[in-house]
Amino acid sequence: MYSWEMLSFNIHDGFLEAIVRGNRSGLLTAADYNNLCQCETLDDIKMHLSATEYGPYLQNEPSPLHTTTIVEKCTLKLVDEYKHMLCQANEPLSTFLQYITYGHMIDNVVLIVTGTLHERDVNELLEKCHPLGMFDSIASLAVAQNMRELYRLVLVDTPLAPYFSECITSEDLDDMNIEIMRNTLYKAYLDDFYKFCAKLGGATAEIMCDLLSFEADRRAVNITINSIGTELTRDDRRKLYSNFGLLSPYGHEELAVCEDVDQVRGVMEKYPPYQSIFAKISYGESQMLDKAFYEEEVRRLCLSFEQQFHYAVFFSYMRLREQEIRNLMWISECVAQNQKNRVHDSVVFIF
Amino acid sequence: MSSDSSSWARALVHISPYTFAAIGIAVSIGVSVLGAAWGIFITGSSLIGAAIKAPRITSKNLISVIFCEAVAIYGVIVAIILQTKLESVPTSRMHDPESMRAGYAIFASGLIVGFANLVCGVCVGVIGSSCALSDAQNSTLFVKILVIEIFGSALGLFGVIVGIIMSAQATWPTKA
Repeated sequence: MYSWEMLSFNIHDGFLEAIVRGNRSGLLTAADYNNLCQCETLDDIKMHLSATEYGPYLQNEPSPLHTTTIVEKCTLKLVDEYKHMLCQANEPLSTFLQYITYGHMIDNVVLIVTGTLHERDVNELLEKCHPLGMFDSIASLAVAQNMRELYRLVLVDTPLAPYFSECITSEDLDDMNIEIMRNTLYKAYLDDFYKFCAKLGGATAEIMCDLLSFEADRRAVNITINSIGTELTRDDRRKLYSNFGLLSPYGHEELAVCEDVDQVRGVMEKYPPYQSIFAKISYGESQMLDKAFYEEEVRRLCLSFEQQFHYAVFFSYMRLREQEIRNLMWISECVAQNQKNRVHDSVVFIF
Repeated sequence: MSSDSSSWARALVHISPYTFAAIGIAVSIGVSVLGAAWGIFITGSSLIGAAIKAPRITSKNLISVIFCEAVAIYGVIVAIILQTKLESVPTSRMHDPESMRAGYAIFASGLIVGFANLVCGVCVGVIGSSCALSDAQNSTLFVKILVIEIFGSALGLFGVIVGIIMSAQATWPTKA
């Protein structure tokens, strides 16, 4: 049940909530996507995007364009809006907004460590990092040889420090360990975020806990499917699942022993909210699963805007923007590689 | 006033009716203004934020702020009416039933108006905030939500009407 937040929410956060709702109206609509899907070259895409809110960010780019440039500039817009909101936010909204970026921080850390393992240049890797997940001293990640050094040298000063307690070992870093490290960190981050939102209470807790549960369940399914056929043991797999969500703990028990996609489907169909997702894909096909999950996520994120006076609109807006950038990347790639018939395979409409 | 009633009852009826009347007048203006201010900050912060992306909504949505302001004006009007009802009575008649009734009537009238305006102001403020945000996305919604606000601001009017009827019978005893 909601606490009387409509009486006091607007004192600190009313202005920012109104700003984020205004930003949401700037998301690309189905009509925009139809125009973009019919473009022949990347310059056409740039022309169509200049009529939307991305105009000022793309107009100074010289042709020929690359898809990475388009994605980079669109991400820059998201970062600008995020920083604008963050600098005006009070507690606890500012902590909430920072929590949203820890996922990107984890991705950046893993990117640099993996790249260093494969002998890539640090500066090149830094350019590929997501701007929302940057922190000072990120460049010194390249020096670390194993996880303990990683923690001691760099990560103990970052907000990710508390998430490392579960995965500090002295083993050397290799591809398998890094993936496990990524998933362990992400699990700790989601658990922490969930506890933070539950502590905030009211409508924020209700909506955010639902959105985060869906995220945790989706990650559980992805981890299961990706680890089928690898040397990840069942116990290790179970350790990577989150401690909350619709699937825990009984669904996780069943997922831990799954050996192929059809068994996963059998487990998931026992849960009504996920039944509809798995009904959309026919037997034996797992490529469309990603798109089905994205569609369900977008549906839930849009629903969170139906209510006022809570923080979940900020989270939803950031996620919807990221989905939009993924759509733009897919469309640009299809156009650049001349495979326009595959454009609709992966574009998720938001409106 | 029987002499063997409990001490609390005796203490209450020995409070001067002017005390109650003055508190009533203070509550009528003070709590009404609290309600109006509450409503204005709720709607104003959303209005300012939403008007950044959709500047066209500013002039129309000032109506929400005006409805909240009207709530404060009701409080002022009733406070002025109530204070004209305060008259002096001779000390010998200060605790007569009639003068106690007049004091209580002004007190009740002030409470009625104050708290009715408090909730009315908050109600109009919350609706006004939602109205500004919806108008920024879809301008056909404004008039429909305005109807809800009009119903909300009628609540303050009910309080004023009952308060004025209540205070109309506040007649202090005349001399002798």
